[in-house]
Amino acid sequence: MVIEGSRFASKAPLAAAQILRNARLIVGTHAFRLAALYFLVFAASVLGVLLFVYLTSADFVERQTEATLDAEITGLAEQYAQRGLSGLIQIVAARSAGDRGDAMIYLVTDPDGRPLAGNIAAWPAGVPTHSTWLSFALERTINGRHEVHPARGRLFVIPGGYRLLVGRDISDAAAFRSEVRTTLLWAGSIALGIGLIGGTVMSRNLLRRVEQVNRTSERVMAGNLSDRVPLRGTSDEFDQLAANLNRMLDQIERLMTAMREVTDDVAHDLRTPLSRLRTRLERALVAPSGADPPAGASQSEAIRAAIDEADRLLATFNALLSIAELESGARHDQTASIDLSEVARSAAELYEPVAEEKGFALTVAAEPGVRMRGDRHLLSQAISNLLDNALKYAGGGQIELRVFPKNGQAILEITDQGPGIPEADRHSVLDRFVRLEPSRTTPGNGLGLSLVRAIARRHDGSVTLEDNRPGLRVRLQFARLPT
Amino acid sequence: MKILVVEDDRETATYLTKGLSESGYTVDCASDGREALFLATSADYSAMVLDRMLPSMDGLSVLGALRAAEIRTPALILSALGSVDDRVKGLRAGGDDYLVKPFAFSELLARLEALLRRGAGPTTTTRLQVADLELDLLTRSVRRGGKAIEVLPREFRLLEYLMRNAGHVVTRTMLLEHVWDYHFDPQTNVIDVQISRLRQKIDKSFDHPLLHTVRGAGYCLRAPE
Repeated sequence: MVIEGSRFASKAPLAAAQILRNARLIVGTHAFRLAALYFLVFAASVLGVLLFVYLTSADFVERQTEATLDAEITGLAEQYAQRGLSGLIQIVAARSAGDRGDAMIYLVTDPDGRPLAGNIAAWPAGVPTHSTWLSFALERTINGRHEVHPARGRLFVIPGGYRLLVGRDISDAAAFRSEVRTTLLWAGSIALGIGLIGGTVMSRNLLRRVEQVNRTSERVMAGNLSDRVPLRGTSDEFDQLAANLNRMLDQIERLMTAMREVTDDVAHDLRTPLSRLRTRLERALVAPSGADPPAGASQSEAIRAAIDEADRLLATFNALLSIAELESGARHDQTASIDLSEVARSAAELYEPVAEEKGFALTVAAEPGVRMRGDRHLLSQAISNLLDNALKYAGGGQIELRVFPKNGQAILEITDQGPGIPEADRHSVLDRFVRLEPSRTTPGNGLGLSLVRAIARRHDGSVTLEDNRPGLRVRLQFARLPT
Repeated sequence: MKILVVEDDRETATYLTKGLSESGYTVDCASDGREALFLATSADYSAMVLDRMLPSMDGLSVLGALRAAEIRTPALILSALGSVDDRVKGLRAGGDDYLVKPFAFSELLARLEALLRRGAGPTTTTRLQVADLELDLLTRSVRRGGKAIEVLPREFRLLEYLMRNAGHVVTRTMLLEHVWDYHFDPQTNVIDVQISRLRQKIDKSFDHPLLHTVRGAGYCLRAPE
């Protein structure tokens, strides 16, 4: 029990410290400061408006009372001027008779202060007998209850020491004013409450979205590269930020994937030839310079073979690096406008003699002026790879290189009349190190078409393999530049 | 002729120094950027072979400093960085040629000698001649022994390049780069077939062949001895 208690006791300050830390964290955030500022400005404006309404309405009632009193005094003064003191007394008496419900107060007194007419019994206590505007308390008995009402009045001094007091019970106005005050206080409190809630909700909303970004980046840093910041579809600034971050993450993921693939490929497809190379060199080292099995290879021949092997390895390695570089999107300098027809013709010119020698007829049908944005070197390399492939696998017949525009696209096609590629393999053959020939007797590293695809993608284009009946048709498609 | 070799890898440096000395050049060797800059500014070299990645100051900065100081020694950049971008960067920094590691010594020698010739010979000539083979750069016509030979435009450029480097080895890569502006190696022997076609035209019906194949290196156009 003691242990429990002490544990409990030590927990409490810990929790308090936690809360304090959390509070400090929240206060330290931009969202909180924004919310606080929002609330302050909101409160100031609400209070300002309410104060203005209050002052204006109170003032209005007061001015109305004064205007009424003025008019009354003026009216009675006219009556006095026309009909003398007795006339005035008559009118006052008439007006005082009964309860007219307008809360008017009338009193006429003689020079000694004795009331002559009016609806109050005596000159109100403590009210001076000379100033023009008066505020006083009126004692009244209404329905048997004694009440003190605030009143406002005006004095009219009649020659000969007589005085006329016209006043008004302003308890209604005071009630109205206090009513207004209460209403405004309520309205203010509600508005401030709403403001406080709004500010809090706003700041929490803001915090939550920032928190989402934070959590996602933490998860990504922890190794979950495919995590993305959720979008709300509102296309506001936060959505834009999230979309940008997601694009950045896509890019990083692509880079990492490309990197991993290269490492895998190197491990997978370079290790074999490297160990073969090593074996060859070892054998050459052990063998005497004379003849030695297999096939009586001399030492220098073995070394030459090793050099060839090393060259092939280097070529494979270079191709892998080029593909990785192209796929990772690390270059952004292919903005030059180039003539695809010219690039194709130039490549065909280079390959025409070798094609003829191998028993092919290489023809070019390039419509002039098919332009696109791109890198001439890369596109030449892609075409060259495709021509290499056709020469290697088609066995003979016609190879046609065509360049033409179609629906705003620049299209380059290379067709042959060889065995083609079965439909099931047409997609996988674009992947790295995929060679359809199981024996792998034809020289090559299985990277040619991967490089073509990487080059096409780098130009935001595509590569498709189709049946040429008979043969293979490789089609590269790019966005065409208007001429 | 004096050649400056700038290379921090000792083995490659020895390999280069030995090979160039055997080919009849005097070779100085620098192993870092500062030393290279010092040597290149203090002595007169006919050409230099410059590694890109060097300690203390990288190759392109050395080159930039030299070019800013109006030192125009032809430079062959040697680098493990082989993309088109890297090549463009190297040439922009003031390099005259770019060779990607690993390289065959014959390739390096052929390129270096082409650089040396380019520095020496006048380039504003309008007529090239090797033995009885004549090339008119204005009319773009070819004659051998007074007989006109028909060549295609690209064959003309191939022949022009061979003739400008007459008597010296040019490699397949050099031809691809200078005649086709291709900076990659096609898998097919395209250059060999192009050359044999050209040979058909300029050598076939004549007694002395001019266009020779140098085994393991490339081609050479030279007058018969």
